[in-house]
Amino acid sequence: MGRYVIRRLLQMIPVFFGATLLIFLMVHVMGDPVAGLCGERRCDPATAAQLRREFGLDKPVWHQYLAYMGNVFTGDFGTAFNGQRVTELMATAFPVTIRLTVVAVVFEIAIGIALGVITGMRRGRPVDSSVLLLTLVVISVPTFVTGLLLQLLLGVQWGWMRPSVSPDAALGELIVPGLVLASVSLAYVTRLTRTSIAENKRADYVRTAIAKGLPRRRVITRHLLRNSLIPVITFIGTDIGALMGGAIVTERIFNIHGVGYQLYQGILRQNIQTVVGFVTVLVLVFLIANLLVDLLYAVLDPRIRYA
Amino acid sequence: MRGARPARWAAGAAAAALTAAACGGGGGGSAPGVLSASWGDPQNPLEPANTNEVQGGKVLDMVFRGLKRYNPRTAAPENMLADRIDSPDSRNFTITVKNGWRFSNGEPVTARSFVDAWNYGASLKNNQKNAYFFGYIEGYDKVHPETGAQTADTLSGLKVTGTRTFTVRLAQKFSTFPDTLGYAAFSPLPRAFFDHHEDWLRKPIGNGPYRVASYTRGFKMSLRKWDGYRGPDKARNNGVDLQVYTDTNTAYTDLMAGNLDLVDDVPAAQLKYVKNDLGGRYINTPAGILQTLAFPFYDPRWKRPGTQKVRTGLSMAIDRNLITRTIFRNTRTPASDWTSPVLGTAGGFKAGLCGAACRHDPHRAKKLVQEGGGLPGGQVRITYNADTGSHKQWVDAVCNSINNALGDNEACVGNPVGTFADFRNQLGRHSMPGPFRAGWQMDYPLIQNFLQPLYYTGGSSNDGTWSDKDFDRLVDRANAESDRASAVRLFQRAEGVVRDNMAAIPLWYQNGNAGYSRRLSHVALNPFSVPVYDEIKVG
Amino acid sequence: MPEQPPYQPEGAMAGTGMGGTMDLAASEATTLEKTPGGPEGTGPEGKPRSLWSDAWHDLRRNPVFIASGLVILFLVTIAIRPSLIAPGNPLTCDLSKALDGSQSGHPFGYDGQGCDVYTRTVHGARASVTVGVCATLGVALLGSVLGGLAGFFGRGWDAILSRATDIFFAIPVLLGGLVLLSVVTSTTVWPVVGFMVLLGWPQISRIARGSVITAKQNDYVLAARALGASNSRILLRHIAPNAVAPVIVVATIALGTYIALEATLSYLGVGLKPPSVSWGIDISAASPYIRNAPHALLWPSGALAITVLAFIMLGDAVRDALDPKLR
Repeated sequence: MGRYVIRRLLQMIPVFFGATLLIFLMVHVMGDPVAGLCGERRCDPATAAQLRREFGLDKPVWHQYLAYMGNVFTGDFGTAFNGQRVTELMATAFPVTIRLTVVAVVFEIAIGIALGVITGMRRGRPVDSSVLLLTLVVISVPTFVTGLLLQLLLGVQWGWMRPSVSPDAALGELIVPGLVLASVSLAYVTRLTRTSIAENKRADYVRTAIAKGLPRRRVITRHLLRNSLIPVITFIGTDIGALMGGAIVTERIFNIHGVGYQLYQGILRQNIQTVVGFVTVLVLVFLIANLLVDLLYAVLDPRIRYA
Repeated sequence: MRGARPARWAAGAAAAALTAAACGGGGGGSAPGVLSASWGDPQNPLEPANTNEVQGGKVLDMVFRGLKRYNPRTAAPENMLADRIDSPDSRNFTITVKNGWRFSNGEPVTARSFVDAWNYGASLKNNQKNAYFFGYIEGYDKVHPETGAQTADTLSGLKVTGTRTFTVRLAQKFSTFPDTLGYAAFSPLPRAFFDHHEDWLRKPIGNGPYRVASYTRGFKMSLRKWDGYRGPDKARNNGVDLQVYTDTNTAYTDLMAGNLDLVDDVPAAQLKYVKNDLGGRYINTPAGILQTLAFPFYDPRWKRPGTQKVRTGLSMAIDRNLITRTIFRNTRTPASDWTSPVLGTAGGFKAGLCGAACRHDPHRAKKLVQEGGGLPGGQVRITYNADTGSHKQWVDAVCNSINNALGDNEACVGNPVGTFADFRNQLGRHSMPGPFRAGWQMDYPLIQNFLQPLYYTGGSSNDGTWSDKDFDRLVDRANAESDRASAVRLFQRAEGVVRDNMAAIPLWYQNGNAGYSRRLSHVALNPFSVPVYDEIKVG
Repeated sequence: MPEQPPYQPEGAMAGTGMGGTMDLAASEATTLEKTPGGPEGTGPEGKPRSLWSDAWHDLRRNPVFIASGLVILFLVTIAIRPSLIAPGNPLTCDLSKALDGSQSGHPFGYDGQGCDVYTRTVHGARASVTVGVCATLGVALLGSVLGGLAGFFGRGWDAILSRATDIFFAIPVLLGGLVLLSVVTSTTVWPVVGFMVLLGWPQISRIARGSVITAKQNDYVLAARALGASNSRILLRHIAPNAVAPVIVVATIALGTYIALEATLSYLGVGLKPPSVSWGIDISAASPYIRNAPHALLWPSGALAITVLAFIMLGDAVRDALDPKLR
């Protein structure tokens, strides 16, 4: 077990370098970012050259990459085009985003799995159809629309909440944004759970458990759910990175200054330092998240052992 | 049903959390007499000569006052810190600064505050994006050479001649130079800017009606009325809290919910409901912004004689009235010249200068395009950047207009480019496949600013590389003319050259708009579409 | 200059891909006892038949399968020949009618550009159904093959494929789109489909790998192996049918999100080149007008919902047919 974890941690090193190099090259391929910094006019060549020098863009790519990685290992992630340190941007963006992601994942687990169990146990019943209908709505109506409507209803019409999230972004304020963010993933989690439950419902060990006269609830939570959760957990593990880095619409609607927004801005402005910095952290986050998910496997299914 | 228990638990938790959120969200109010307003994160550090967009401009407008200030209503340049600006020859200027002005840290504003600031702004090593504003001043080529290292640190054309006087010598005659001095880049700077630069950036110090009380980058800036302010435009409120919104829709929703007092850009999709949502608390006033379609004159297909007929035909194919009404809900006005109504007729705005060429006439349009040899390549692709502004909507509408006039559903298509930087790079590389969007927001309210940068040979925003000797000659003569009215007439003749060649198709004048809460009164936007914060009354 | 934000479906933008690693040394993990499932079905006549033909036998009688098949057939028909039911031209628009409601001859009303919503919805099927179906098929095939191989062979295969998956996950969709799609000049849907396959496979790969790892520990697989069955036979006959359910679930939902993702890419200026017509483009164009004119959003969204519904039902039916325990 310990050796397994160490091996996994060691394997992160090549992934880390591969991913940063790839992202670095991709932003580089997008072209010269300086042209976009001077408004609707040509940058004067001297200032443009000076800016390129300042951001190190005048050097060959490999040189830029090595210099950047060198700085990263001393904790210096560079400077955004507006003069702000990238570490400073991260320090404000990540805490909010982590809170938002936690809320979203809690929704996925609580609501998604609950609905999945219910619909899986009662396939074809009205509950199942209603949940399917909701799933379709969530998939075919853009998050922008659901978010905006919720905001108008809860924030303006009924006055239950502030339409926008304050800079502190306390957990309580993130409930509705978290629900909006989780909505599409909820559809996946629900249907994955539903299918697994339906499939395992007829498995021998469930029949045995029922035949033994165990209470139904215990059968569901102890035997059925536990064995059905593996694909669901796998999905949630893959989803954490997407939730953290891709929450742009949700973050915009609720005015959350999180990772998605910073990454989006960084990419559009072709700011290598911001983009690579944020993606690097995200890569580490989901590598660790997936390691945790894999360790959870053993908890869910004690028959799985790690070499 | 037992299976439902987790669901019931989850629903209960969600409801509880919602209530908690509602309780937490109650205290959105500001201090008494302070208003909250929407803001966008400035793209550059807040140095005056480094700020080239509206969001940073908002702050500078509150924190700084320059030699001149553009009247918030008429856009006329009026003396602010300038006591007098004299020139015998439109080239040498003697500037006297008013007595008694101070920065909010107590330091007096002197001639040196200006000269130091301008030298800083012009110097290549300081990387200021608006450095070219100092390009008229003698010695600019030494402190900011096009290539190579700079050979001087200060502009030889600037001399401090007394505590409150300094002289400016320009590289060539420019009669309206004093009128450009209201631009933020020409603001004075305190010593603190130079001595403690990092601290200054964290909390800018200026000489305007407001001082920065606190600044959390990316989130919020609190400005408070500065009681030591000596100017005539003292703040009539106790302060402004600028709140960063990443989406104007959210700001608007917050305004409706009572969490925000002022939104200075109401999203177009909400305009239909603005009356209903806000009653009369909505303003929509002209700003010095003109949208045009420019052409790639480096492409021989667009340079060929006779293509001006095609361009004029395209211009006449566009139903500006319908588009500004439907897509923009009257936050744009159909353009009929190449300047802006905010200049006023005395300043050079001339409604209808474009004449029939800007009037919707599908039949003549089709005929003109045919006479001019048809569309180059049989199709025009209008290039725009997709990442800022909602350009897709109006480009699609313009294309529909053209397609309907020409009777061909694919005569015109949009050609989106992913990022603004890429768009600018394509312009720089001269690789536009056809007409492209061009927007011009004036730097200062002069007709010169609407023409020279855009159509003069080699102009900084002449992205289509249009070049015409007659135009250049008229502009040169106008710049040397010391009488304002005759200068304006010469600029208008130059504008006539632009029209006859249809060097760019004028589309519409852009307005600024804003919605505000019940707490506020006397809300207005200046010609730069920035709210006149100091005039707003709270309560 | 006022900036209007882009409206795009969630998760589509800058998010680092959709997943991560599952490196359960699971190749080395052992399941002592797992669901014994009958690998071979037995036909009503008592003659042994392969699971696949058994499934087909079941499917043909399943009303859900027939209904969803008919809907898909209809969608494919109008994708090929939209003029059958919508003779108008989707590019003919009259701005003066923008956002007008339903009128005679124009049952769905007009969109923000004054185009007929009915005509555009029908004509949008071609691009959207092609993108949705092809991207899903591509992602499902590539993902399950690579994931399946990683899970089945384990060790070196697994290490390399899983690390590759990790690196692909790191690419934000927005960045990938701007880099890979902005150089494309083709006006077809294929670059967009290719892009989605390239960035979408890691998620399915992870899911498939997990399922294969679980399935390969089953008794009947161990038995088949002991009897000397070849790897390919074990994979196709015994593991695939038992591991396919989660892949089908994720793929059928992803189909809808790919159709929406196309809109995001188009909004960013790197998706379908104008003057393409698709549901995604119309949905994202109509979203800001949700307060003024919900009808412009309702119809293309509705079409998308029906398509997703048809494929979810189809997927469900196929999954049921492949599950021996339901027999």
